[in-house]
Amino acid sequence: MVYFSKEHEWVRVEGKTAVIGITEYAAEELGDITYVEMPREGDLFARGEVICEIESVKAAGEVYAPVSGKVIETNPLLVDEPEQAGENPRQEGWILKMEISDPSETGGLMDETDYSRYLETLG
Amino acid sequence: MELIFEKSVEERKGARVPGGVSVPADIPPHLRRKEPPSLPQVSELDAVRHFTALGRMNFSVDRNFYPLGSCTMKYNPKVLEKAAEEEGFLSAHPYASVIAPEKVQGSLRLIYELEEMLAEITGMDAVSLQPMAGAQGELAGMLMVRAAHEAAGRVKDHVIVPDTSHGTNPATARMAGYEVVTVGTGRDGLMDYDEFIRKLGPSTAAVLMTCPNTLGIFNPAVDKIAAAARGSEAFMYCDGANLNALMGKFRPGDAGFDIMHVNLHKTFGTPHGGGGPGAGPVCVKEELREFLPVPRVVKVKDRFEVVEDRDGSIGRLSCFFGNFGVLVKAYAYILLCGGEGLELISEMAVLNANYLKEKLRRFYEIPFGEGCLHEFVLSASGLKKHGVSAYDVAKFLIDKGIHPPTVYFPLIVSEAMMIEPTETESKQTLDAFAEAMKEAAELASRDPEELRRAPRGAPAGRLDETGAARSLKLASLE
Repeated sequence: MVYFSKEHEWVRVEGKTAVIGITEYAAEELGDITYVEMPREGDLFARGEVICEIESVKAAGEVYAPVSGKVIETNPLLVDEPEQAGENPRQEGWILKMEISDPSETGGLMDETDYSRYLETLG
Repeated sequence: MELIFEKSVEERKGARVPGGVSVPADIPPHLRRKEPPSLPQVSELDAVRHFTALGRMNFSVDRNFYPLGSCTMKYNPKVLEKAAEEEGFLSAHPYASVIAPEKVQGSLRLIYELEEMLAEITGMDAVSLQPMAGAQGELAGMLMVRAAHEAAGRVKDHVIVPDTSHGTNPATARMAGYEVVTVGTGRDGLMDYDEFIRKLGPSTAAVLMTCPNTLGIFNPAVDKIAAAARGSEAFMYCDGANLNALMGKFRPGDAGFDIMHVNLHKTFGTPHGGGGPGAGPVCVKEELREFLPVPRVVKVKDRFEVVEDRDGSIGRLSCFFGNFGVLVKAYAYILLCGGEGLELISEMAVLNANYLKEKLRRFYEIPFGEGCLHEFVLSASGLKKHGVSAYDVAKFLIDKGIHPPTVYFPLIVSEAMMIEPTETESKQTLDAFAEAMKEAAELASRDPEELRRAPRGAPAGRLDETGAARSLKLASLE
């Protein structure tokens, strides 16, 4: 199941693990990504906290933890190829994996249909 | 264009010194070069042509309109250069302020009086001219916030900034050891007051605001915000980047701000360029005076003396008195304009921005605010349907002989273009700019491909900005 946040992150839930990346919309807004500053594996985040920062030629953007939990893996590919986070945001460009501490929190996120509607409201 | 090294021809020289050049005898052998340095071998004429050609590629206010939002790229009167070149200022040795202050009374008086002038303009009580850039002024301010809270035994852990803030604001707060808490912006373009009140608390160290904000909008609730901050024993910090909108009209010190930095190179007619030299004096209320950086110039009867160190001070930010030449120019500028002149500057800066904003409203969206102060932000997102971005419009302006506005800032405006015309531009220049912007919008719908190919007439076309950011090469010499 894939969920979406208002801050334009996607979350793919696989058992107790959440794989997190940014959406095509966020990638488009940021432009070419030059650097992804990752948290350390083992770091704990509450939902809504800044979990990593993305720098692009246009701006520096923040990625917020869509659910609470512990970082268990960061995408090693993004160290040398940070642009993948924007060019292939749903595949090779995933950002990190978290161990979800409270599965009920996904209830506060959107599904693909709701997210598409949300994007339309942004114009 | 060739590099000057590529013009080099073996044994070609700019000048021949009779008898040749010898190494002074008092340089010990181990400090002497074994090999001669690799310098370009060119004639004087080659060197003159090379640097003149480079200068012609440069884009500057002296040649072109430069509406770079947030930067106040006004014309700097040439008479200020003359003031800074006065022999007494130019040849004063910085150490004279330490070992022979009686020899540099004029320079010390200038420092003392410029501090007084800036205090009057900002409504503050004391000023330090030490910081050599706006960001360093901010750092000085936040270090004073920290020092004052520590001295009073108050435990603080975060600084509040609106989401429209300059990037330096949260960065400075972090450098001073604080967490950053961001407050959103309402539809009126102002910091959301209710959200601010929710986030303000006893551990708030300071509230950092730009006045007017980066959308060019003045917050009429600023005294209410300041009163709330005071209730939480948090300091109010004003980023003074936009002082050009306020002179003679509004003094941040009167509205409850405790600290403010001023960018002399924006508001007071001293040059920007090449990253400096700038000057970012920091101004404070009485309560924070003891924490100001050292050295300080003090007046004892009719004489000026230098205090090198002081308890409570956050210490030194530069070896002596910052970029002194810049201070001379700002002092001359303020005397040249006088109080009434400074007020007129702000009035004209605001008028010019509003004139342009109204002209451009027909072609671009203005997402926030009806009126504006000295600058405004428009959105080129209406051109997206043609596959055209603010970036393409910016590049098109280069071919029109206009420096692009600031783009993609503030971050809350999609396809943002931030335009600050300043007071020194004529109606004819503003009209020509509006015409170029109109042309860009029309070209976007007629021939977007053409727009995406701009600039054609610049020394370089589209640069590989991504490559430049990803593979940094900060030094070319081993």
